[in-house]
Amino acid sequence: MTLLLIALLLMLAGGLAALAAGRSAWSARLGAGGAVTGGLAGLAAALRVLLGGTPESVRLPWSVPYGSFHLHLDALSAFFLIPLFLLAALAAVYGIGYMRKAAHGRNQGPSWFYYNLLTVSMAVVLVAHNGVLFLTAWETMSLASFFLVTFEHEEPRVRAAGWMYLVATHLGTAFLVAMFLWLGHYAGSLDFDTFASALAAAPPAAAGGLFLLAVIGFGTKAGFMPLHVWLPEAHPAAPSHVSALMSGVMIKTGIYGIVRALTFLGALPAWCGGLLLAIGVVSGVLGVLFALAQHDLKRLLAYHSVENIGIIALGLGVGLLGRAGGLPAVAVLGFAGALFHVLNHALFKGLLFLGAGAVAQAAGTRELDRLGGLLKRMPWTGLTFLIGAAAIAGLPPLNGFASELLVYVGGFRSLLQPVPRLVLAGAAVVGALALIGGLAAACFAKAFGIMFLGEPRHADSAGAMEVGWTQRIPMAMLAGGCILAGLLAPWIIRGLTPVLRQLLPATAPEAISGAVRAASALERIAVTGVGVLLTIVIATLALVRRRLLADRPVTVAGTWDCGYARPSPRMQYTASSFAQPLLDNFHALLRSRRGGTPPAGIFPAPSSFHSSTPDSGQRYLFNPLFARLAGLLGRFRWLQHGRVHLYVLYIAVTLLALLLWKLGGS
Amino acid sequence: MNQPVELMMIVLVLTDLLLLGSSRVAGSVRLMAAQGLLLGLLPLLAHHGLGGHALVLAAGSTGLKGLIFPWLLRRALRDTETHREMEPFVGYVASLLIGLAVLGASCWLGARLPLPGPVVSPLALPVGLFTIWVGLFLIVARRQAITQVLGYVVMENGIFTVGVVLVQGQPFLVELGVLLDIFVAVFVMGLLVFHISREFEHMDTDQLDALKDWSS
Repeated sequence: MTLLLIALLLMLAGGLAALAAGRSAWSARLGAGGAVTGGLAGLAAALRVLLGGTPESVRLPWSVPYGSFHLHLDALSAFFLIPLFLLAALAAVYGIGYMRKAAHGRNQGPSWFYYNLLTVSMAVVLVAHNGVLFLTAWETMSLASFFLVTFEHEEPRVRAAGWMYLVATHLGTAFLVAMFLWLGHYAGSLDFDTFASALAAAPPAAAGGLFLLAVIGFGTKAGFMPLHVWLPEAHPAAPSHVSALMSGVMIKTGIYGIVRALTFLGALPAWCGGLLLAIGVVSGVLGVLFALAQHDLKRLLAYHSVENIGIIALGLGVGLLGRAGGLPAVAVLGFAGALFHVLNHALFKGLLFLGAGAVAQAAGTRELDRLGGLLKRMPWTGLTFLIGAAAIAGLPPLNGFASELLVYVGGFRSLLQPVPRLVLAGAAVVGALALIGGLAAACFAKAFGIMFLGEPRHADSAGAMEVGWTQRIPMAMLAGGCILAGLLAPWIIRGLTPVLRQLLPATAPEAISGAVRAASALERIAVTGVGVLLTIVIATLALVRRRLLADRPVTVAGTWDCGYARPSPRMQYTASSFAQPLLDNFHALLRSRRGGTPPAGIFPAPSSFHSSTPDSGQRYLFNPLFARLAGLLGRFRWLQHGRVHLYVLYIAVTLLALLLWKLGGS
Repeated sequence: MNQPVELMMIVLVLTDLLLLGSSRVAGSVRLMAAQGLLLGLLPLLAHHGLGGHALVLAAGSTGLKGLIFPWLLRRALRDTETHREMEPFVGYVASLLIGLAVLGASCWLGARLPLPGPVVSPLALPVGLFTIWVGLFLIVARRQAITQVLGYVVMENGIFTVGVVLVQGQPFLVELGVLLDIFVAVFVMGLLVFHISREFEHMDTDQLDALKDWSS
């Protein structure tokens, strides 16, 4: 625990030093230095607990009502801390080079301060063992990320995204406050230790109600559909290393919250699992569909975060159904798949956002239709982005496949049970995962193909240059992490055993170990085996190619130089034309807006086409809801007249009334 | 029973009532200064013995509320050529009547409020409450920005009274914090009043609503 506290202090110190350094070049070095050293120390602390298995705990004096500065580092917290510290350190290194260009000579100090503060507050969220402390850290996290999102606040679009994020996150927190108050009502204290025993005596409906509050409150942060609306706005607005951290880890604090709630809500009824499953299906399928319809690279990635959160929710749903049905094998597969996917998504989504930042910086735009031909100009970014794309699409032997496989097998296991409810759930999981996987592959074929292959569609991307080493190394390390996490999947799953024991307290430890061993063996065949096989095949093909080319001349020519007399970049697929055949099938769900003038006649005049896919949740749910609410609350506008005297009068009258009420009653 | 404190409380009530009935800004500032000087003695009388804490508190309170604030406000009055009249929303007689009603309510409340410890004088709590309400009332019912600063200081006088006579254990830090707080507030308000009057050529707070973020 001391090591973890040292890590947090290092990060805070780095952030404060960066703030003090202000405009000098030292602010980036100090900020990133604090994040990296703190991240390494934090990783060591988390790994020690996860591998050693003894939870550590510390209580510091804190004079806040119902609050105690109680930090508790158990296996579950440690597991979530690993991607946090890893990604925070790597993204900070990337941020040095990125911010040098993105800041345009502005003061970087505050940005680094908030970056480190965000990391520290996320770590405290993950280890807090008291409701007040948790909510304090949660709010600090939300505010720090708000200031990071609005770094380029001179742009109205960024300000709008920031406000939307702020409103969404506070609405979510309101549900969490309600949840903790309700829990405290039963427990008489807000310490996490007291919740489990208090809820055992509470009416069974309470656990269900608390679970609903947790799903809404934490789901807003995690990005469950339709609470995800802030994600596609905030992620594109933030600097790229911040997007990586927010998408890779911050939204996972929502998942952590739900998983933590599962540990003290006791035996939940089966409908809770069904609810998470339904959320997973909706978020996963709609997330990837909306991603497919986007033209803005970072917006596309943000929708993929919704999709991956959906996959994690599917895993948690399978786990809960298995737990409620007394099927440890199914429960272990579901929970292990969900948790493993948390780690994997942090790796590949962090990588993809860093790659997107590199592309956006090199080409000056995030619009897919203005990019193209970047693989030759930015080979490092291209290769690492390809690895990340393959991982997120769930292709073996990369890590995305390894975790989705567990959820798949959990779904199949559930499908084979003689219980109608489980058969239905299994079918939903398998069908949804298959659809998600296929669409994700299509989406990244589109994104990678349009960005990196072909010819530049615009002069900006023609002049793009590879980014510097500080940006390349984190991307390369994350790409390596994607490969390693896939190949080491059997051992990582074994490492999850203590976390699974926390989630399945009613199951015998031997049953859990048995199920973990089975899952580990499965991964060894399906992922590690395929990986080794694939390596052999690639090595053989490379050898053959070398042999064949040994005595022949190799010439380099322009892309598509053979087939066309005058090839023009305008002849290429665009992002929307590539996705159109697929999207047409889902028009009922997406409601894309299309416009322009089609070509007509024998000698067509200049014609145009444009399409956009605004978010359905925002368009059909939140916009009408908030418009209705604004109309209703507008009736109270007369109270807000701007007269200071009367405002003070309100306060005075309220005070007097409260005093009279309180003292008059006694 | 603590005779000097009782006497002081009675004088405080009288100055409060005078403030409610006063039609002159300059006179009100003088009353406020008198209250400040008076209350500066309170820590010395309320606590039996002249401890270091009581002395610092008395010096700080006297200096700030008896000398510096009145000086600041008088300077603002002179520089901004404020109208000499209070310009009330609520007339002086009505103000006095409301003041009497509030005094009654304060006595009733003071008798019922549960106290953490022994009080120096049974009058102290109702009078402190009454002074707080008078300060609030002056903020609400007078038009000029300067009178709002005045009301704010009067309200703090009430808080100070309650604090000193009530929380005998650790009033020092709390009071110093409040003093610092109010010093900054008055300082800022003084500047603000000065600038508002220069920019807008008047200091009527009822015209500040032009600044609100929503317009009908």
